[in-house]
Amino acid sequence: MYQIQLDSITKAYPGCVANNAVSLSVREGEIHALLGENGAGKSTLMKIIYGVVAPDAGTMIWRGQPVTVKGPNHARALGIGMVFQHFSLFETLTVLENIALSLPKSFSKDKDALKQKILDVSAKYGMLLDPDRYVHSLSIGEQQRVEIVRCLLQDVKLLILDEPTSVLTPQEVKVLFNTLQTLASEGCSILFISHKLDEVKSICTAATVLRGGVVTGAFDPRVTTVDEMAVAMVGADTPLDQHYPRATGQEVFLSLANLSCTTYDPFGVSLSNLNCQVKAGEIVGIAGVAGNGQEELLSLISGETLADDASMVCFDGHPVAKSGPGERRSLGLGFVPEERLGRGAVPDMSLADNALLTASAKGLVTNGLVDNKAVKVFAKKVVDSFNVKTASILSQAKSLSGGNLQKFIIGREILQAPKLLVCSHPTWGVDIGAAIQIRHSLIALRDQGCAVLIVSEDIDELYALCDRIGAICDGKLSPIRNTDEVSLTQLGKWMAGEMTPSNEVVETAHA
Amino acid sequence: MDIDLIANILFATLRTGTPLILIALGELVAEKAGVLNLGQEGMVLMGAVSGFIVATVTGSLTLGVFAAIAAGLLMSLLFGVLAISLVSNQVATGLALTIFGTGLSAFVGASYVGQGIEGITPWIVPVLSDIPLVGKALFAQDPLVYLSWVLFIGVYLFFKKSRGGLVVRAVGENPEAANAVGMKVTRVRYAAVLFGGAMSGLAGGYLSLAYTPLWTEGMSAGRGWIALALVVFASWKVSRVMLGAYLFGAASIMHLVLQGLGFEVSPNLLAMLPYVATILVLMILANDAAKAKLNTPLSLGQPYRPQV
Repeated sequence: MYQIQLDSITKAYPGCVANNAVSLSVREGEIHALLGENGAGKSTLMKIIYGVVAPDAGTMIWRGQPVTVKGPNHARALGIGMVFQHFSLFETLTVLENIALSLPKSFSKDKDALKQKILDVSAKYGMLLDPDRYVHSLSIGEQQRVEIVRCLLQDVKLLILDEPTSVLTPQEVKVLFNTLQTLASEGCSILFISHKLDEVKSICTAATVLRGGVVTGAFDPRVTTVDEMAVAMVGADTPLDQHYPRATGQEVFLSLANLSCTTYDPFGVSLSNLNCQVKAGEIVGIAGVAGNGQEELLSLISGETLADDASMVCFDGHPVAKSGPGERRSLGLGFVPEERLGRGAVPDMSLADNALLTASAKGLVTNGLVDNKAVKVFAKKVVDSFNVKTASILSQAKSLSGGNLQKFIIGREILQAPKLLVCSHPTWGVDIGAAIQIRHSLIALRDQGCAVLIVSEDIDELYALCDRIGAICDGKLSPIRNTDEVSLTQLGKWMAGEMTPSNEVVETAHA
Repeated sequence: MDIDLIANILFATLRTGTPLILIALGELVAEKAGVLNLGQEGMVLMGAVSGFIVATVTGSLTLGVFAAIAAGLLMSLLFGVLAISLVSNQVATGLALTIFGTGLSAFVGASYVGQGIEGITPWIVPVLSDIPLVGKALFAQDPLVYLSWVLFIGVYLFFKKSRGGLVVRAVGENPEAANAVGMKVTRVRYAAVLFGGAMSGLAGGYLSLAYTPLWTEGMSAGRGWIALALVVFASWKVSRVMLGAYLFGAASIMHLVLQGLGFEVSPNLLAMLPYVATILVLMILANDAAKAKLNTPLSLGQPYRPQV
């Protein structure tokens, strides 16, 4: 029996058709993948199912009955649950309050009973949650757990997950998949939005591929190869090759020596005794679930936070831990933060002005005056060489899609010829085409002899790019080993905090 | 200073603070839902003039109070239609509402200026009101002062304990997410704005029917603006709004008392006292940035357009 059938759903926005006659059917107990790049129309389709957006045309049949979903409440009453990619959580409320708000009133009356239910469900599925914590103090991974638990507390017949695995450790992914398979065996259908084909292949029993708002393929992922699905997703012209040769670094450029830092932010993570070296001509990756000290580490390297002892961070032998970001940039640092809008770029400023922000020391300012012509030339060069799709270099940064803006920011840093590039989540939320391009340019940068440090939650990406890899957990760093010698299980253990105490010794012995 | 004087100062402090509490509580609820209504002053004046006219014409103070509330409601409904339904700029709309209310109240009230009525009389609780020092302040007030305490407790519990309070906070923090989990954002915002209007109207009625039972143009004397500032400096905390309002009341009274006692300080400097004292105290209280963030309605002043 079909749980849900969509027939010729069409939704147009001014200037673009997000869904063009999309048809899709999900059986009871089926884990159905919805594949497509950013902008393919997946999110719009999900919003239509969930009643957030009304379609222009087309019908939806829910368990044999035609329905018009009037809104999210209606959708939930029908038994449709959704875990959003951009979480719909309220940061200033606690986990308990957030969950209570989305449940029918009868649930939320008795707070203690609800708290117990949350603890039960989260324990059952291995998604530990403290109901009394404020959501803004949770990591991205933890916030996702809130969303999932929120759905599981209700009687869901169709659970929609929008790119759920991108923030989880491999072990957590395993747990999630077990949960999903249990749910499916209980008759719940799951609509699994992703662009990670390996995952789709490992748990999904059906797949529909969208490109440019149109269905370009429907597969059984257990039979179809990853390459076939990839071609349906990105078209035949995009090269998919993602195997890069490993490199060995030369001289040490960045070195962290017993880097410790106590945070005064009640929700921050204190770092204790981090030791790590990044050599010219290699890429080092640090894996870890968000909220384990990555932010603190990155801002200590970028110079946004200063350490107590200048020698805790050294660039090419110069102690810089007490120098600001400008000074560190002049020693060859390039930095790509996690948040594109707000930290990587100023949303309301043009691309040209944003280029000037970090590249001002590279000949764009003469005698204290901005050389507007040079700024434009530089911005144009970034846009051209990194294939940034934008109307003009005078467009506001916020008008670009996530992937295009990320290409611009990475391009801006790379074209300044850094000696050290520190990159946080280089391809977070970026579609495959742009991600491949970003990865190519990181590898090219490495081959030119730049030291590259990547902090990411995307394990696959770290394995594809990094020459050496480690993990951070609760403010402590695992040993950094050659990627090919680190098994996925080992990395997962590090990410969960199982590190042997002799790490630092091992690391310094290498140096 | 003898005990009687102190008792009188306390009594007057609570009376002076009452209109501020009413206005600020109303504005706090509206702002918690993400709507910044700068029209308080206009709504208060409309409440004051409507209450006064109806009480004079009908001879009923009760009807007067209800007329004041109704006037505030109507004014805020106008604001709601413009700023919520038609998604106009909240700041500009609110300012326009203040100018409109100031002018309209002066116009309709012109022939009532200088008339007096018998104001609302205090409800004196026997025995308790004879307690030295605080008896008069706590148990010999008029009914609207008691009502302001009930409303304070109501709003406090609403945000502390009820689901409705959570919904209002959620809408004020992130209307898109609130919509996604199925809340009626527009409806919640309307309700919050209307509550704010009713409270401002009531405050106006308190001024023209109880505090100083008469009508003069612009008799709210900037209380709407002070209440707005109170809400911000109180970090959107209900109990701090109350504290700030009474602090302001106390400082206002003190400046009169000090003048009366013949202090050799310029009266203009003394007149600044209430503003400076209130803002200083609340600023010191609001010093914890991490905690303040938890209370600030993040979408304050941002219009919400439902997705289609």
